[in-house]
Amino acid sequence: MELDVNLIDWSRAQFAMTAIYHWLFVPLTLGLSVIMAIMETVYYKTGNEFWKRTAKFWMKIFGINFAIGVATGIILEFEFGTNWSNYSWFVGDIFGAPLAIEGILAFFMEATFVAVMFFGWNKVGKKFHLASTWLTGIGAAISAWWILVANSWMQYPVGMEFNPETVRNEMTDFFAVAFSPVAVTKFFHAVISSWIVGSVFVIAVASWYLLRKGESHRKFALSSIKVAGTVGLAASLITLFTGDKSAYHVAQYQPMKLAAIEGLYEGGESVGLVGVGVLNPDKAWYDDGEEDFLFDFKIPYGLSLLATRDANGFVPGIKELIEGGYTLPDGGMALSAEEKMVRGRAAVEAMAGYREVSRALKTADADSSDTAALETRLQEYDTILDNNMPYFGYGYIDDPKELLPNVPLNFYAFRIMVVLGSYFILFFIVLVFLAFKDRYRQKWLQWVAVISLPLAYFCSQAGWIVAEAGRQPWAIQDLMPVNVAVSNLSASSVQVTFFLFLALFTILLIAEIGIMVKAIRKGPELEQNK
Amino acid sequence: METYVFLQHYWWAVVSLLGAILVFLLFVQGGNSLLFCVGKDDVRKQLVINSTGRKWEFTFTTLVTFGGAFFASFPLFYSTSFGGAYWLWMIILFTFVLQAVSYEFQSKLGNLLGRKTYRIFLVINGVVGPILLGGAVATFFTGSNFIVDKGNLAELSMPVISGWANASHGLDALLNVWNVIFGLAVFFLARILGALYFINNIDSPEIAASSRKVLKIETPLFLVLFLAFFVKILVGEGFAVADDGTVFMEKYKYLNNFLEMPAVAAVFLLGVLLLLSGIIIDGFLGKNRLSGKGIFFSGFGTVLAVFGLLLCAGYNGTAYYPSTADLQSSLTIANSCSSEFTLKTMAYVSILVPFVIAYIAYAWKSINSKKLSAEELEKEEEKY
Ligand code: HDD
Ligand code: HEM
Ligand code: HEM
Repeated sequence: MELDVNLIDWSRAQFAMTAIYHWLFVPLTLGLSVIMAIMETVYYKTGNEFWKRTAKFWMKIFGINFAIGVATGIILEFEFGTNWSNYSWFVGDIFGAPLAIEGILAFFMEATFVAVMFFGWNKVGKKFHLASTWLTGIGAAISAWWILVANSWMQYPVGMEFNPETVRNEMTDFFAVAFSPVAVTKFFHAVISSWIVGSVFVIAVASWYLLRKGESHRKFALSSIKVAGTVGLAASLITLFTGDKSAYHVAQYQPMKLAAIEGLYEGGESVGLVGVGVLNPDKAWYDDGEEDFLFDFKIPYGLSLLATRDANGFVPGIKELIEGGYTLPDGGMALSAEEKMVRGRAAVEAMAGYREVSRALKTADADSSDTAALETRLQEYDTILDNNMPYFGYGYIDDPKELLPNVPLNFYAFRIMVVLGSYFILFFIVLVFLAFKDRYRQKWLQWVAVISLPLAYFCSQAGWIVAEAGRQPWAIQDLMPVNVAVSNLSASSVQVTFFLFLALFTILLIAEIGIMVKAIRKGPELEQNK
Repeated sequence: METYVFLQHYWWAVVSLLGAILVFLLFVQGGNSLLFCVGKDDVRKQLVINSTGRKWEFTFTTLVTFGGAFFASFPLFYSTSFGGAYWLWMIILFTFVLQAVSYEFQSKLGNLLGRKTYRIFLVINGVVGPILLGGAVATFFTGSNFIVDKGNLAELSMPVISGWANASHGLDALLNVWNVIFGLAVFFLARILGALYFINNIDSPEIAASSRKVLKIETPLFLVLFLAFFVKILVGEGFAVADDGTVFMEKYKYLNNFLEMPAVAAVFLLGVLLLLSGIIIDGFLGKNRLSGKGIFFSGFGTVLAVFGLLLCAGYNGTAYYPSTADLQSSLTIANSCSSEFTLKTMAYVSILVPFVIAYIAYAWKSINSKKLSAEELEKEEEKY
C-alpha cells in the first residue's frame, strides 16, 4: 500500500480552508478589541455617556464576530491530530506545549472577561468593567502569541534535539522556542496588521453611516473614525516595519520561499526587487529556457538590500538553491538539493539502524563481546544522525522539483499585501487628517472607505498565503515534508469532512454577515433614537 | 520515585482532572438537550438558553484546553486517537461548532436559518456531544482498533506511525455495546446535572418542577447504565503492563487497581456519594436547608468520580488507551508521553492553573450573584 497523493492534497486543502475561515474572524477580534477598549477608556475618563454608547455598539459587532471565531478555531486545533498525526508525534513534544499554554493562559482569560464585558454592565463597577474589556483584548493577543510561536517553530525549528529511540524531536530549550526571533516578528506583524483590519472595518462602517444616515450619525461616525484612524495609522506604519523584518527572516531561514515570492529563478549580487511584474505562465523550472517575466519593473538593488541588508549582497535564486555551490553567509559552501537528499536518506537509514541495534542491545547478554560491538555500531549510527539531521526531511524527497513552492501564488500574494499595505498608510493619513479637521464630507472618499473593507481582508489573507504556501513542501522546514506529516486515512474520508466543513462554514458565514448587516443597519443607540 | 516517572503520573492526573471537569461542565449540553422538555413556552426556552448561555464558553474552552494539554503531555495519544478515530472526533467537533454559534445567532435578526434551527443545533450538540464523548472515554477501558509502530517512519514510501486497523475510523467504537452503554450513562448524567443547574440558576417554579421530574425519571436510568458498565469492567479483563513494558490481559485488572490504590477508590466512592446526595437534595427531598445547592454536590461529585475512574485507567501499570488490534501497540503513560524536559516545563506552567480558576470564580461571582428571572431578561439588553 502506498499513501494516496490525493490524501495529501485533500488534507492540505482542508487545513487551508479551515484556517482561512478562522482567519476571516480573528483579525477583527484582535483589531476591534483594541478600538473598543480605547473607547471605553475615554468613557471611563470623561464619564461622557456618548462614549459608552459608542463602545457598546462596537462591542455588539465584536460579539457576533467573536462567536464564530471561537467556533472555527476548535477545528484547527484538533486537525493537527486528526489530519497530521505523524506530524503530531514527530514534533508534538515541542509543538503541543504552546497549544496547551494557549488554552490555559489565554482562552480562559478571553472567555471569562468577554462574559463580564457583555453581561456585567449593570453588575460590576466601572473600573472592573473597563479592566475586563482590556483583558478580553489582552487574552486574544496572548492567544495569538502562543499560536504564532507554534507556527513560527514550523518555519524555523529551534530548541530541540532528535531522539532516534522515540523517533521524534524533543525540546531542549523552552525559551528558544517561545522567544525565537521569527516568533517575535510574526507576532508583531500578524497582530498589528490585524489592527489595520479592525480600523478599516470601523472606518468603513462609519463612512457608510455618513453616506446613508447623514447628520444624525455624524458625531458618532467621526468619533469612531478618529479612534480607528489613529490606531490604524500607527498600526500600518509598524506593519511596514515588521513586514520588512519578516522578509529578512524569510531570506535567512527560508531562502526558497523568498525565491518563490520574487520569482527569482536565477540569483546573484545586487539583485533588484520586482515592484510590478507579470510572471511568464510557461515558466516551470529554472533551466527550461523560458523567460521569467512577461513584463517587470525592478527597483534596483531592492532585493539584495531587503534580504542581506547590503545593496550588493548575494541572493540565491531557485537555480542556486537547487544546484548549491555558493558561499553561505557563515562562510560554508551551500549543498545542492541532490546532496541534501543523499544526506537526508542517510539520516533516515541511520535512525532505522539505530533502533534495530538498540533493540538488539536490550536483549543481548550484558557482558558478552557482542554487546561491545553493538555499542560501537550504535555510536556510529548516532554520529551519522547528528551529522545529517539538519537534512532529515530531504530523505523523503524523490525529485528536486518537489522543493519548489507555487511561484505565482507566492509572487502575487506578496505583491497584493505590500501594495495594499502602502495604500493603507496613505488611507489612514488622509482620514485622520480630515476627521480631526472635521472636513470628512467627500462622498467619493466615503465610498472608497467602504470599498477598502474587503481589500483589508484580502490583504491579510494574502499574508498567510505567503507564509504558508511559501513553506511548501515542508510541514516543518527541512525536517518533515507534508507527505510524511499526514494521517493514514483514505482520501475520501478527508474529502467528505472537507465538504462538510466547507458547507457548514459557508452557511455560518452567510448567517454572520446577515446578522452583522442587520445590526449595522439598526445602528448604535444614539440619544436621538431614544 | 524517579522524576520522569513522577512527571508522567502528574500529567496523567492533570489530564484526568481536566477530563473530569469537562464531564461536569457537560451540564451545559445536558441542559440544552432538555430545552424542549423543560422549556414549555417561549419565555422558558429563553430562560434556559440564557442560563446555559452564560456558561457554554467554559465547557468549550475546557474541551480545547483538555485537547491542548493532552497533546503537550501525551502526544502519541493525540496522534493515534485523533488521527485514527477520525470520524468519531470529527462528529464531536462538528456538533460543538454548531453549538458555539447558536447562542449568539439564534435570537438575532438576519440569521438566515431562523431561531428554531439554531435551537435544534443546541439540542443536537446536547445529545450527540455527551454520548460520543462518553463513548470515546469508554474506549479507555474497552480498547480500540489501532496499530502503532514508530519505526515505520523509516519506510520512505509509506512512513506512517499509526493507523486504524479497519476502515470505519472510530465509528466502530459504537458497535461495542459497552461503549454505547457508557455513552448513554454520560448522556443521562449530563441531563441530571443540567436539571440541577436549572434548579439552582433559574428563578422559575415551572422550570424547577420539570427539572425535578427529569431527576426522578432519569436518575434510575443513569444508575442502571453506569453500574452495568462499572461492574463489567471490574469483573472483566483489563489491560495490564509488565515491568518491561509488554502489555497483557489480566483478570480483574480494574478491580485490582482500586484495591491496590485505596486512595483512588476513596476518591471515586466519595464522588459517587456526593453525586447521589446532590440528586437526592434537589430531586427527592421536599424543601430543605440545602435546596437549590444540589448542583454543587453533584458537580463536585462528578469531578471526583470521573477523576477516580481515569486514574484507575492509567495508573498502577495499566494501558490507558488499549489496542485490541495489536496488544503491544497499546498506549501507556510511559510509552506515549512527552520528554522529561517538556513535562517538567509544562509542570511549571500548570502552577498557574489555580490562579486561572480563582479569577474565573471571582469574575463569575461578581456577575452571577442572583438567579436568572424572566423579569431580569426582560430588562437586560445583553441576552441571547
Ligand atoms: C494571530 C492570531 C491567531 C491565529 C494565527 C490563530 N488563532 Fe485561533 N484564535 C485567535 C487567534 C488566532 C483569537 C483571537 O484568540 C480567537 C479568534 C476569535 C476568538 O474568539 O478568539 C481564536 C480562537 C481559537 C479557538 C477557540 C478558543 C476558545 O475556546 O475560546 C481555538 C481552539 C483556536 N483559536 C485554535 C487555533 C489554531 C489551532 C490555530 C492555527 C492553526 C489558530 N487558532 C490560529
Ligand atoms: C489563521 C491563519 C492561517 C492561515 C490563513 C493559514 C493558511 C494556510 C494555507 C493556505 C495552507 C495550505 C498551504 C498549501 O498547502 O499550499 C496551510 C497549511 C497549514 N498550516 Fe496554516 N494558516 C494559518 C495559520 C497557521 C498556524 C498558526 C499554524 C500552526 C500553528 C498553521 C499550520 C499549518 C499546517 C500544519 C498546514 C498543513 C500542512 C501544510 O500544507 O503545510 N497554520 N495554512
Ligand atoms: C507593507 C509592507 C508589508 C511587508 C513588506 C510584509 C511582509 C510580509 C512577509 C515577508 C510575510 C511572510 C512571513 C513568513 O513567511 O514567515 C508576511 C506575512 C503576513 N503579512 Fe505582511 N507585509 C506587509 C504588509 C502587510 C499588511 C498591510 C497586512 C494586513 C493587513 C499583512 C498581513 C500579513 C499576515 C497576516 C501575514 C502572515 C503572518 C506572518 O507570517 O507574520 N502584511 N508579511
